[in-house]
Amino acid sequence: MIEINGVSHSYGKSKILQNISLSIKESGITALIGPNGAGKSTLLSLMTRLQPLQTGSISFDGQSVSQTPTRELAKTLAILRQDNALSSRMSLRDLVGFGRYPHHKGRPTAKDHRAVDEALDYFDLQTMSDRFIDEVSGGQKQRALVAMAFCQETKYLLLDEPLNNLDMYYARSLMKRLREIADTGKRSFVIVLHDINYAGAYANEIIALKDGTLAIHGTPQDVLETKALQTLYSMEIKVTQHQGQLVALHHL
Amino acid sequence: MKNIGVAIVALFALSCFSLFVGVKEISLSDWWQTPQNIDLFFISRIPRTLAVVLTGASLAVSGAVMQMLARNSFVEPSSVGTAQSAALGILLVTLLYPGSPLIVKMIVASITAMIGMAVFLAMISRLPVTSPLLVPLVGLIFSGIVEALTIFIAFQTEMLQFQGTWMSGEFSGILRGRYELLWLCGVLAILTYVVADQFTIIGMGKDASVNLGLNYKQVVIVGLFILALSTSLVVVTVGMIPFVGLVVPNIARRLMGDNLRASLPWVAVLGALLVLVCDLIGRLVHFPYEIPVGTVLGVIGSFVFLYLLYARPAHAR
Repeated sequence: MIEINGVSHSYGKSKILQNISLSIKESGITALIGPNGAGKSTLLSLMTRLQPLQTGSISFDGQSVSQTPTRELAKTLAILRQDNALSSRMSLRDLVGFGRYPHHKGRPTAKDHRAVDEALDYFDLQTMSDRFIDEVSGGQKQRALVAMAFCQETKYLLLDEPLNNLDMYYARSLMKRLREIADTGKRSFVIVLHDINYAGAYANEIIALKDGTLAIHGTPQDVLETKALQTLYSMEIKVTQHQGQLVALHHL
Repeated sequence: MKNIGVAIVALFALSCFSLFVGVKEISLSDWWQTPQNIDLFFISRIPRTLAVVLTGASLAVSGAVMQMLARNSFVEPSSVGTAQSAALGILLVTLLYPGSPLIVKMIVASITAMIGMAVFLAMISRLPVTSPLLVPLVGLIFSGIVEALTIFIAFQTEMLQFQGTWMSGEFSGILRGRYELLWLCGVLAILTYVVADQFTIIGMGKDASVNLGLNYKQVVIVGLFILALSTSLVVVTVGMIPFVGLVVPNIARRLMGDNLRASLPWVAVLGALLVLVCDLIGRLVHFPYEIPVGTVLGVIGSFVFLYLLYARPAHAR
């Protein structure tokens, strides 16, 4: 269980987050949505200790992010950042392998190699595993980074817009895979998503932020609804149903 | 893995060759025949060759580590003010405590090198990540300022000639008893290899390091410490040698990528090879006189560096 209590954050005078309190259940996919500048990425980076907390507290299974040693947290939670300015020239296999670092501390065992191979297989990267990261496409790089986070084998995986750079084929297949993993009950995901239809189709729960405050925390049915979307995005979005699946026609 | 054995054999062969290059002609068949020859070997030729190899490996490894810490492949300790700060330290300690032993000079040089590096890293952390070429430029300006300050102080205190020995590196003064500190560089290089993964992760950036459970600050400080120590060791014993730390890690990166665990052996061997070749050129081109290795490297290194800059600008970082 992830517990967020009274978290506020500001840069200089501008308030990014205001008094966010919520708890996220174990297992399943939680989507974090909201318009640009709502504070989604900031919340995610606070949750993953990439930025120090100013006020409030955040804990994963009772482990406080501000007090637990960072090497312990690295076995509990992993993050994939949105602005991944990764410029290291590394083969995909080596890159994914570094996801195992929290477990082997530089001395990989057979188990670690197996985990890397599994991750490469799972994300269709095996055939290009010896290519360097600066020699593959943006989408392949993105998949390699997801595979690296996956390889870290943490109970919680936080992904900031993982569908960036992915075409429709890989975007859907990535979400399907994450759903598969979530359904085994072993891992839980918090995913920042821009496309509310992906959120509606794959998430168990949706957390919507607006102007740094918690706007909605509920099921896809609570959010994929014209009135809720109107308050969130300040635009009229028709919602229809297709074979029982809610679809927001946000592009029309 | 590409065959590093070939590179090691080449290094060994060139090292043997280096033993037989010198003013006194000694051949393979008679080096052990007179006591003078044996003395010459153990007092001058072997120490010099070892010093060259250790220095080359150490400079290249330092360059690779610095490029990870700065997250920029166009920096090395002698182009961003670290070696210059070490030289300033040596000058200051020589002025304030004349006659202090080499080890004291080295410690003071390490401290000033560390300060110089911290200042440089603090400056580049404020630069936009989108313009990677600003980093080496800021480094060049900073090292220019430190060097100018050093020369000014040396000039005012009539130490210019003395200062020159630290500023341009050469091996002609290396004898038994005057190079052994360089073994410490070898130890530091091995230490670097032991924690290579941590430096590789640091090179991926702060967020990636924290995500993988690394104490970012602590690893950077360890890196700064290793760099400051090995840089000042080289400056104290042979003087400043440019370009090795810059070009060798870049060549190794082309071959092996950024994973230091895989590339560091290459970095060390290629660095030793490069300095050895340049030292041999310096010894042979104007035989029996010598051209300092720093000068030879200045010429060769700048061409290689230009090539690396222009060959694949898309991957500059």
